[in-house]
Amino acid sequence: MLDAVWLIPALPLAGFLIILVLGRKLGEPKSGYLATLMTAGAFVVTVAVFIDLMSKSSEERHHLKTLFSWIPVGSLHVDVAFLVDPLSITMALFITGIGSLIYLYSIGYMHGDPKFSKFFLYLNLFVFSMLMLVLGSNLLVTFLGWEGVGTCSYLLISFWHTKDANASAGKKAFVTNRVGDFGFMIAMFVAFQFIGSLDYSSINHAAEAKTVTGTVATVIVLMLFVGACGKSAQLPLYIWLPDAMAGPTPVSALIHAATMVTSGVFLMTRISPLIGYATPWVSTLIAIVGVATALFAATIAVAQNDIKKVLAYSTVSQLGYMFLAIGSHAYVAAIFHMITHAFFKALLFLGSGSVIHGMHDEQDMRYMGALRKMMPITAATFIVGWLAIAGVPPFAGFWSKDEILLYAFDKSPILWALGLVTALLTAYYMTRQVIMVFYGKARWNDERPHAADASATEHHDIHPHESPWTMYTPLIVLAGLAIVGGGLNLPFNHTTERLSSWLAPVVEVGERSLQHGTEDIKWVLAGVATLGALVGVFVAYLVYSKQRLKAIEPTTLANGWYYDKGISDFMGGPGRDGFEGVAWFDANVIDGAVNGTGKGVQAIAGVIRKGQSGLVRTYAALIGVGVVLLLAWFFIRGVAQ
Amino acid sequence: MSALIGNSELIGGKFPVLTAIILVPFIGAIAVAVMTKRRPEFVKLTAILSSVFTGALTVWLLASFKTGTADFQFSSKHEWINAWGISWHLGVDGISIFLVVLTGILFPLAIVGVDPHHDEKPYLAWLLLLEAGVMGSFLSLDLFLFFVFFEIVLVPMYFLIGGWGYDKRVYAATKFFLYTMFGSAFMLVGIIATVFIAKGNIGHITFDLVELAEKGGFAASTGRWLFFAFAIAFAVKVPLFPLHTWLPDAHTQSPTAGSVVLAGVMLKLGTYGFLRFGIYLFPQAARNTRAIFLTLAVIGILYGAIAATMQKDLKRLVAYSSVAHLGFIVLGTFAFTSQAMTGSVLQMINHGVSTGALFLLVGMIYERRHTREIAALKGLQKVAPVFAGVFTLVMLSSIGVPGLNGFVGEFLILIGSFLTARWWTVVAASGVILAALYLLWAYQRVFHGEPDEDNKTFTELRWKEAMVLLPFIAAIVFTGIYPKPMIDRIEPSIKALIAHGGYQDAGSGVIGSVNEEEQP
Repeated sequence: MLDAVWLIPALPLAGFLIILVLGRKLGEPKSGYLATLMTAGAFVVTVAVFIDLMSKSSEERHHLKTLFSWIPVGSLHVDVAFLVDPLSITMALFITGIGSLIYLYSIGYMHGDPKFSKFFLYLNLFVFSMLMLVLGSNLLVTFLGWEGVGTCSYLLISFWHTKDANASAGKKAFVTNRVGDFGFMIAMFVAFQFIGSLDYSSINHAAEAKTVTGTVATVIVLMLFVGACGKSAQLPLYIWLPDAMAGPTPVSALIHAATMVTSGVFLMTRISPLIGYATPWVSTLIAIVGVATALFAATIAVAQNDIKKVLAYSTVSQLGYMFLAIGSHAYVAAIFHMITHAFFKALLFLGSGSVIHGMHDEQDMRYMGALRKMMPITAATFIVGWLAIAGVPPFAGFWSKDEILLYAFDKSPILWALGLVTALLTAYYMTRQVIMVFYGKARWNDERPHAADASATEHHDIHPHESPWTMYTPLIVLAGLAIVGGGLNLPFNHTTERLSSWLAPVVEVGERSLQHGTEDIKWVLAGVATLGALVGVFVAYLVYSKQRLKAIEPTTLANGWYYDKGISDFMGGPGRDGFEGVAWFDANVIDGAVNGTGKGVQAIAGVIRKGQSGLVRTYAALIGVGVVLLLAWFFIRGVAQ
Repeated sequence: MSALIGNSELIGGKFPVLTAIILVPFIGAIAVAVMTKRRPEFVKLTAILSSVFTGALTVWLLASFKTGTADFQFSSKHEWINAWGISWHLGVDGISIFLVVLTGILFPLAIVGVDPHHDEKPYLAWLLLLEAGVMGSFLSLDLFLFFVFFEIVLVPMYFLIGGWGYDKRVYAATKFFLYTMFGSAFMLVGIIATVFIAKGNIGHITFDLVELAEKGGFAASTGRWLFFAFAIAFAVKVPLFPLHTWLPDAHTQSPTAGSVVLAGVMLKLGTYGFLRFGIYLFPQAARNTRAIFLTLAVIGILYGAIAATMQKDLKRLVAYSSVAHLGFIVLGTFAFTSQAMTGSVLQMINHGVSTGALFLLVGMIYERRHTREIAALKGLQKVAPVFAGVFTLVMLSSIGVPGLNGFVGEFLILIGSFLTARWWTVVAASGVILAALYLLWAYQRVFHGEPDEDNKTFTELRWKEAMVLLPFIAAIVFTGIYPKPMIDRIEPSIKALIAHGGYQDAGSGVIGSVNEEEQP
C-alpha cells in the first residue's frame, strides 16, 4: 500500500486536468462535486497508507517511492520521489481531510459565481502542489510544491480580479514569497555543494553523522528559514498574508490558515536534525522571530474591524507560536499546534465566511451584532473555535499551545512570558470578535460612515440568514475536531502522547528533552496559561459587552504599526524612483552614448565626404549585395577546384 | 558542383541531411522571390512547405540523434577553397541539436501564425533566407563558413525590420545592422588572426574549427586577444550589458515574426558562439577572463529586470526581460561546471520557447488593439479568459515556476554556477524576485481590473492562434516535467567541452558525504 502514495497527489491532479478540459461543460455544481470527490479520494488513499504505516514497527516507518529521474546532470541527481514517513503522512492526512471539508463548503459558498469551475480548477492544483510539497523526498520536489502553492495562492487571491485591490494583493503575495524563495534556493545550492545531494535523508544523515561542518548546517538552516518566513508569514515578510484575505473565504481557510502557511513549519521539522547540528544561536533566532511575530500580530489583531483581518493577524500570530516551538526544538509541539490550528482556524474562517455570506458580503464587524439568533449553527461552531483558540481547556488549542509554552519556558522564561502575553491578547481579541459579531445589538442597518467605497454605503435592508447544508456540515465536523483535537497528544503519560511517539522516528534526533525542573512545574505553567486566557476573555467581556472599560484601539495598531505602509511607501517612493532612474540611465546614458557615437561618426563623415549619400539603408543594401557576390565568388572557386 | 554533391555521401546512399536543412529554406527563398506576384496563395504555400519540410528534417535529425556521445553527428565535410583551407564542414552535437530543432519548428509557426499585412512575397523570401542563415550558423564547423552565415542573417533581418516594422523601424533596423556589423568586424579580424597564428602549430592554413581547437595551441597571451575579438561579436549578439540597447529598439519595431525569431533563435547565436567558438577555441583565455563575463552577466540580469519593470510598452518589457534571461545563460556558460553549462544550453531553448510565445501573444494583442501601450490596456482577462490563461502559463514559465521549462534551466545554471562563482550566483538568484515583479505587475495592469470601453471588445483566442500556440505550451509543460531526454543529449557534449578546456568540473561528483565519510 505504501507504494500507492503517488495516488495521493495524482487524484487532485486528475481532477485539475479533467476540469481544465471539461470545466465549462461540467459547470456548477458538477465540477465542484468532482473536485471534492478527487480530494476525498486522496484522503481515503492517505488513510490506507496511514494504516499500513501504523502496522509497521517504528523503525520501518520510512519508505521511498521513486517515480522518475527529474533533473540528472553530473553528480546532481534529483528524482521525482516521495518519502512516506509519519511526518509526511500526518501532513497529507490533514491536508486532504480538511481540504475535502473546505471543498464541500465551497460548493455552497461559490454558488452562482460565474467562475465556479475555475475556482475548483485552481483549488485542485493547489491541493496537488501542497501534497507534492509535503510528500517530496528531496528539497527540489518540495520546492516544486512550494512554488506551486504560491502560484495557486496568487491565482486565488486575485480570483475576483476585476477589483484592483484583489489583483494587487495577489501580486504582493507572490513577490513577497519570492523573497523567501530566494533563501530556499540558496539553501539548495549550499546543500548540493557541501553535501552533494538535495535528498532529505542525505542532508539529515550528514548532520547526524557530522560529515559536514556546523557552518554549512547553519547556512542551510538560515536560508531555509528565510524561505519559511516568506511562506509562513513571519516577520519581516508577513505583510502579504493580511492582504491575501482579498481571496474567497474558503481560500483563506484552506490556503492562508490551515495548510500552505504551515509549509515553513513543516520544512523546519523536516530538517530538524540539521537545526540541532547548526550553531545554537540559529534556533534562538528562530524562537525570537516566532515569539516576536506572535506578539506583534496579536497587538494588531486587537484593533481590526474587518472580520477576516482579525483572523488573518491571528493566523500570523499562531504561526509565530509554531516557530517559537521550532526554535525551542519542540517539533512535535509545532506539528501538534499546526494540526489543532488547522482545525480551529479553518473553522473560524469558514464561520466568518458563513457570516459574510449571510450578511450579503458585509465584512465590517461594526455593522454586525446579535447574529447568534439568525445563524445558530454558525454561531455555536464559531464559539467552539473561539474557545479553542483562546486556550480554554479542554478544547484543542489549549493542549497544543500549552505544550509550546512549556518548551519555550524550558528554553528561556522570557520567551515563555512573551508567549503568555500573546495568549492573553489572543483570548482578548477573539472574545472581542465573538461579541461584536454574535452578541450585543444588531447594527446591520446602521449608517456606515467608515465604509471605504460608495457601493457599501448604499442603505439596503440586510436580513442575515443561516447558510446551506454544504456550508454548515463542514463547520460541525471542524467544531467537533476543535473540541477533541487535543486528544492527539495529551501530556499525562507516554500512551496518551500519541503524536509524540508517532512522530518520534522523524524528530527524535533533534527533539528537546525537558529539564527536570520544568517537568515538575508543567501543571503550574498550564494553570497560569489558563488563567491568562480567562483574564483575556474577562477583560474583553467588560469592554465590549458590559462597556465598563473603554476600548483601546489606537490607530497605530489598526494600521499594523505602519509597518506595511512603510514598506509600500518605500516601494512606491524611493524604490520606484530608483527603478525609474535605471530606466532613465539606460535610455539616456547608455543608449545616448550609442546614438551619440553614431551621430558623431555621421557628422565627421558628412564633413569629410560630402559625396556620400549618407543613407545607411543604401550602405546596408550594398553590404548585402557584397556578401552575396563574395559568396558567389567563393562558391564558383570552390566548384572550379 | 562536384565538390558539393559529387561525393560519397549521395553515392553511398547517405542523405546529407545537414546540407539539406540549409538548402531547403534557401531554395524556398529563391523560389518565392522569383514566383509571380499574381498568385499569392502559391507563394505562401511554397514558403510554408519549405519551412515545414525543413522543420520535418530537423525532427528527423533529432529522432536519429545518438544519445551518450559528444561527437559531431551527421557531419559532412567537403573541400571548398583548398588553397585557404576552407571547407563546407557541417556537424551537429548536443550543444546545437536543440537549437536546430527550435529553429526548424519556430519558423513555420512564425510564417503560419503571423500576417505581415503587405508585400507578403518579399517578406516570406527574407524569412526563408533568414532561416537558411540561422541554420547555417548553428551547423557550421568552419570558421569562414560560420562567419558568412552569421553575416547573412543580418541582411534579411534588416529588411524585415525596415520593411514590415512599426513607426521607428528605419532607425531600429539601422541601429541593429550597424551595431552587429561593428561586432562582426572584430570577429572577422579575430578569425583571420586565429587562422594565421594557428598556422605555426598546424603547419598549414585551415579554417576548420575542430582542427584549430584541437591543434591550435594558442599561447595564453595571444589567445586572450583572439578570444576578445570573438567575444565582442557574441556579446553584441547576446546582448550583454552594456551592448544591449539595440535589442529593445529592434524588438519593438520588428514585425511579430521578426521578434519571435530574433528572441527565439538569433540571440542564441551569441551564447552559442561563446560555447562553440569562444570557449572551444580559447579555453584558457575564457577561464582567465571569466570574471568580466560573469560580472556583466549578473549586471544584465538585475539591470535588465529593473529596466523591464519600468517599461511602458509591453513589447519593450519583454525585450528587456530577454536581457535578464540571457544574462543567466552567460552566467552558466562561464561557470564551467556540467550543471551550469548544460543549464545554459537548455535555457537557450527554453527562452526561445517562452519568449517566442510571449512575443506571439503581444503581437496578437497588437493585432486587436493596435497598441502595445500598457496604460492603454486593461481588464483583458474578463473579456478573454482563455487568452489570459495562455498568457499566464507562458508568463509563469518565464518567471521560472517549477514544473515549467524555465525553472529547469535557471535552476541548473544557478546550482552549477554556485560551485565556482558563488557570490555572482547569489546576486543573480535575486533576479528571480525581480522577474516575478515585472511580469506580474504588467499582467495586472493589462489583464486585471474592469475593462474600459476600448478593451471591452477584445476578442477571445481564435482557433488558428490556439493551434500556433499549442506547440509552445506543450514544450513549456513537457520540458518542465521531464527534461531528462534533453539533458541526456546535451550533457555529453558539455562534458567533452569542459574536458577539452582542461577545467575541473566541480559538478561531476568529487564532493559529497560519501567521499567525506571515507576520511577518518
